[in-house]
Amino acid sequence: MAGATEHTRDGLPEAPAGTDTAGTDTAGAAAGGGQEPPRAFLEVRDLKIHFPTDDGLVKSVDGLSFQLERGSTLGIVGESGSGKSVTSLGILGLYNKRNSRMSGEIWLDGKELVGAPESEVRRLRGRDMAMIFQDPLSAMHPYYTVGAQIIEAYRVHNDVSKKVARKHAIDMLGKVGIPRPEQRVDDYPHQFSGGMRQRAMIAMALSCDPNLLIADEPTTALDVTVQAQILDLIRDLQEEFDSAVIMITHDLGVVAEVADDILVMYAGRAVEQAPVDDAFHRPLHPYTWGLLGSMPRLDRARSERLMPITGTPPSLINVPSGCAFHPRCPYRELNDGKSETERPELVEVEPGHRAACHLPLEKRREIWTDEIRPKL
Amino acid sequence: MRVRPKLMALSSGLVALSLGLAACGGGGDDGDGGDGAGYNAAIENIVNPSDKKGGTLRMAISSDIDSTDPGNMYYAWSTNFVRLYSRMLLTYPAKPGDEGRKPAPDLAEDLGTPSDDYKTWTYKLKRGQKYEDGTEIKAADIKYAVARTFDRSVLRSGPSYFADMLDAGDYEGPYKDKNLDNFKGVTTPDDYTVVFHLKRPFPEFNELVNFSGQTAPVPQDKDKGERYGLHPVSSGPYKWEGDYTPGKGGTLVPNDQWDPSDPHRKQLPAKIEMIAGLNAEELDNQLLKGDIHVDLAGSGVQDNARKTILTDDKLKEQADNPVGGFHWYLPINSEVVPNVECRKAMIWAADRDAIWRAYGGDVGGDLATSIMPPDVDGREKGTDYYTKAEKGYKGDVNKAKEALQACGKPEGFEVTMLYRSDRPKEQAVAVALQQSMGRVGIKLNLKGYPANTYVTDQFGSPEFNKKNNVAIGTFGWLSDWPTGYGYLWALTSSDAILPAGNINISMMKDKQIDDWWDQAYETEDPAERAKLYNQIDDRFRSEAYVLPGVYAKSLMFRPDSLKNVFFHKAFGMYNYSTLGVE
Amino acid sequence: MIAFFIRRLVGGVVMLLVISAVTFLIFFGLPRAAGQSTDQLAARFAGKSPTAETITAIKERFGFDDPLAVQYGNFLKSIVAGDTYDTGVEKIDCPAPCLGYSFRTNQSVTEQIVDRFPITLSLVVGAAIIWLLAGVSIGVLSALKRGSLFDRAAMIVALAGVSLPIFFTGLLSLTFVVHAWELLPPVSYHSFMDNPFKWASALILPWVTLAFLYAAMYARLTRAGMLETMGEDYIRTARAKGLPERTVITRHALRASLTPVLTIFGLDVGLLFGGAILTEQTFSLKGLGNLALEGVIGSDLPVVLGTVVTLSLAVIVMNLVVDVMYGILDPRVRLS
Repeated sequence: MAGATEHTRDGLPEAPAGTDTAGTDTAGAAAGGGQEPPRAFLEVRDLKIHFPTDDGLVKSVDGLSFQLERGSTLGIVGESGSGKSVTSLGILGLYNKRNSRMSGEIWLDGKELVGAPESEVRRLRGRDMAMIFQDPLSAMHPYYTVGAQIIEAYRVHNDVSKKVARKHAIDMLGKVGIPRPEQRVDDYPHQFSGGMRQRAMIAMALSCDPNLLIADEPTTALDVTVQAQILDLIRDLQEEFDSAVIMITHDLGVVAEVADDILVMYAGRAVEQAPVDDAFHRPLHPYTWGLLGSMPRLDRARSERLMPITGTPPSLINVPSGCAFHPRCPYRELNDGKSETERPELVEVEPGHRAACHLPLEKRREIWTDEIRPKL
Repeated sequence: MRVRPKLMALSSGLVALSLGLAACGGGGDDGDGGDGAGYNAAIENIVNPSDKKGGTLRMAISSDIDSTDPGNMYYAWSTNFVRLYSRMLLTYPAKPGDEGRKPAPDLAEDLGTPSDDYKTWTYKLKRGQKYEDGTEIKAADIKYAVARTFDRSVLRSGPSYFADMLDAGDYEGPYKDKNLDNFKGVTTPDDYTVVFHLKRPFPEFNELVNFSGQTAPVPQDKDKGERYGLHPVSSGPYKWEGDYTPGKGGTLVPNDQWDPSDPHRKQLPAKIEMIAGLNAEELDNQLLKGDIHVDLAGSGVQDNARKTILTDDKLKEQADNPVGGFHWYLPINSEVVPNVECRKAMIWAADRDAIWRAYGGDVGGDLATSIMPPDVDGREKGTDYYTKAEKGYKGDVNKAKEALQACGKPEGFEVTMLYRSDRPKEQAVAVALQQSMGRVGIKLNLKGYPANTYVTDQFGSPEFNKKNNVAIGTFGWLSDWPTGYGYLWALTSSDAILPAGNINISMMKDKQIDDWWDQAYETEDPAERAKLYNQIDDRFRSEAYVLPGVYAKSLMFRPDSLKNVFFHKAFGMYNYSTLGVE
Repeated sequence: MIAFFIRRLVGGVVMLLVISAVTFLIFFGLPRAAGQSTDQLAARFAGKSPTAETITAIKERFGFDDPLAVQYGNFLKSIVAGDTYDTGVEKIDCPAPCLGYSFRTNQSVTEQIVDRFPITLSLVVGAAIIWLLAGVSIGVLSALKRGSLFDRAAMIVALAGVSLPIFFTGLLSLTFVVHAWELLPPVSYHSFMDNPFKWASALILPWVTLAFLYAAMYARLTRAGMLETMGEDYIRTARAKGLPERTVITRHALRASLTPVLTIFGLDVGLLFGGAILTEQTFSLKGLGNLALEGVIGSDLPVVLGTVVTLSLAVIVMNLVVDVMYGILDPRVRLS
């Protein structure tokens, strides 16, 4: 694929040429944008996605900001309800204006999506940004062949004949590693094994060479061996097409494998964002520590207990005041009550490494080095 | 005779509601031309006389004809209708009033001449009468027509008088014995003479020949046995176009071989459509609008149309409310209630007024005295026994109790009463009787059965009645021909008792009555015979075998576009053989 | 596939045998068990006041006194090998499958069924097309506009349609539309071949009345199916691919939610061939349902047996068609 700037599409403001890799532009991103043009390929600024319901306003995503460059993989981790999937669906514009409220900015390759009309966003869907889903059996239409679905995905954005589209579909199936693609193109989704089916879905998502690929728990439903193959496949394709990839998962192992950067979400907010090494070796947020501690590891003695995070995930209607994590945080006492009243901001603590916590930085480093790391 | 019940009246309650709304919503008349000739105008006069030809006459019935085969039909409306395509030896004149009730020559030159002993009857055939295909009608055809009624396995629905009365040995009919000469019950000395030989004397033989279609000629080579009715060969003013379809109907077109000097029929409409199986309420709706000209059943409109007609002056002028020759009465089973005093008690206790109201009050009929209705020749009104045919009469509780004492059951007794469950009027009558007899301790257990099995399986089955303790039930009867014999014989003669379809429901084996019947066979003078019949009627009631009910009146409707309409006293409905249409 | 067909075919034949035997027992065995004598049965076909000779002759003619098994055996034999029918004068050949001759009208039962079939067919096909189109489109619109005024109004009307009995709506519409306001000609059957326009205008009222009932059911069914389908994952995927919403609704959602609707449609149509009795009665249409009813009322056993067997056959065939249809529509169900 060509570089970041392409010919103008739709006349929306263009990103300036030559943007660097993610993370260097601290001030602009941290300040929440406004009308300043974005620097990164994908830039999310203060994204809020709320759902009014009879029981109250569900704040699934409540002020999220991050950046992503092409060729780079961002892993978003968090518990169920943290807002990871909602974020991705929001980026794709799949929420209905009737029953959702989206605010903030999403810049994709210089185009702002939140304020854009639905028809514009729809044109980008599938073509510039695509998504692969967790359960490929339910995510593909049972009545149409895999080939037909790929052809459909291709022809909605490319004016070509069915014959050409079919050839393309066969190529894509081959590219994702499905043997005998010219035969399998006429098979139905239920005729594939789990791993092959996920490959087919990937083929469908990538059929239009999207620059942004969002993978929502793509391996959760698969066997471990197949898991590795799929992850490899995604990485290979990313290299080939130079796409930006968001990998959403609750599995830290997966993230460790594939991500360049990690974004940890909690209660609809980003609590920590860092390059993957930093995140694993020098995490600076109590929630991240908790995640690491609850991960079973082979290199630990069996007799050692896991360290789960106490408490339960918060209600998204009645989000705890101040720091959303504070009811479950072992260290909230050390903040003189600030955790309960003031929402911590996502600030850069090291180059490329941000965290949102009231605990002073030194204190955190101390706790990590002395208390947490030895136990892991 | 019994009139066929209306089989299609499903869920009449809801129908009544929805159509009642429509009736309230505004009458039915759409102002078609002039006013009707007047309410009841057709009872004594011909309404809309005309000789204009043309138009399509549409006649419909809600059930179906029992058969279009003239030898295989029994109901009055069928024998009325058959005259359109059949001529018989004798037939009723097409005249209103009493003139229409006496047999008149049709294919025969004159009424039959009896021998001295009334066992042989001779008829002379008119010459030059033709079938629809031009062949001449000969005496052998009449003989054949009568012969075929002998095979009851093939022709099942018609009357069996000929098979019972003619002296034919063990002749089984022409389907089993193709040689007509072996049929000795009828002889044909030449091509134009027909002679009937009876087993015993029967002075009313002309009436018998006259009333049915069984002397309509049938060409032996065109007979199709059971299926002849699909296309009977016509000797009348109309012939069938194609076949008749049972359950659906057929079309009649003019027959150019018919002799126009026939005084009893006219050939006016260019086409006649006969429609069977039309929903009864729908039929009434179309009748009132003139889309259908004749309701073939001839028993009057349903309750809803009745209301509409009576409340709309314009419609009322096109309606008639004659007494139709039908008597709704209640026979009492003497096998289940053998003691005459107990039977008297039942009659005393009955609320005549309630019964009269249940049948429709004034429009429904007149309170009955004798069992023979007024239109029967020589019938006398007779005296009321153990009851009074008076409006407002609710029975006599004291006299009833006295009778109960006399029969040894002072506290009353318990029996079953039957009625036809698909006839709301009969159900109302049953309930009224249950209440009125209950006053004196006679407990009636009411049981309803559908009309189509009522006479064959239940009330008309002596065994059923015995087994179920059936003492009384609703019933109705119309005579085969309007003499006392035609009306009363089947009800009162011990010879008439049958295992199924029995009409002598009272199970009378009264020697005196049977003697009088024997006497009647020997009596030449009609007036003398009438006297005998009145005696039989009187004893029928004095021995408490029956509770008289109501002489039925039907409300009939004739659209203005119908010509030459009049009420025929013998058929008990409008005459069908002379109708014209606009 | 072949094995499947053969299995179902055999099953169908067995089913027909059972149905015919049960029908036979009900109409001939039950009354006897309840005490009806063959005399009484014979008297039903004898006009009024039959003599003893008449009754005997009728019993002999129709074999009422034969043992039940023999009578049933004759019936089966005539279906397989044909029969001859004696009118008294001639013997008529009744080729296999011979469904007998009516006790009452002496007509061949097969002839009557063939004669009345176009009427029921016209009634059913006309109504079916109307209710399918109306019901499905209303159901889809209701689902898409869920909660709106349209949706609520449509579902209330649908409830009325399902609850109101057909003789009520039918008679009401007859009274007003045909008789009071004279908007339509009286309901009757005209052959399609003769005059398609007359055929349609005379049948439109029963079509609409019958369709009203079914459209209501189908609207609710389609609505429920659509709502369920619209929540499926593959709908989300379709949108994620960038498909226009119209395509998502028609090619993806409708296609999937229609499958159960269409299969039920097949069954409903099959049943309606014999089940439209109330409609036929209300509008005086001489169809198959009416024939069956007349047979029952008149104790006309050959007609009853003939119609029951024919109509059961229709249902069995439609069941088979529906099964095959399901296999065609839903690839997951296909038997290989």
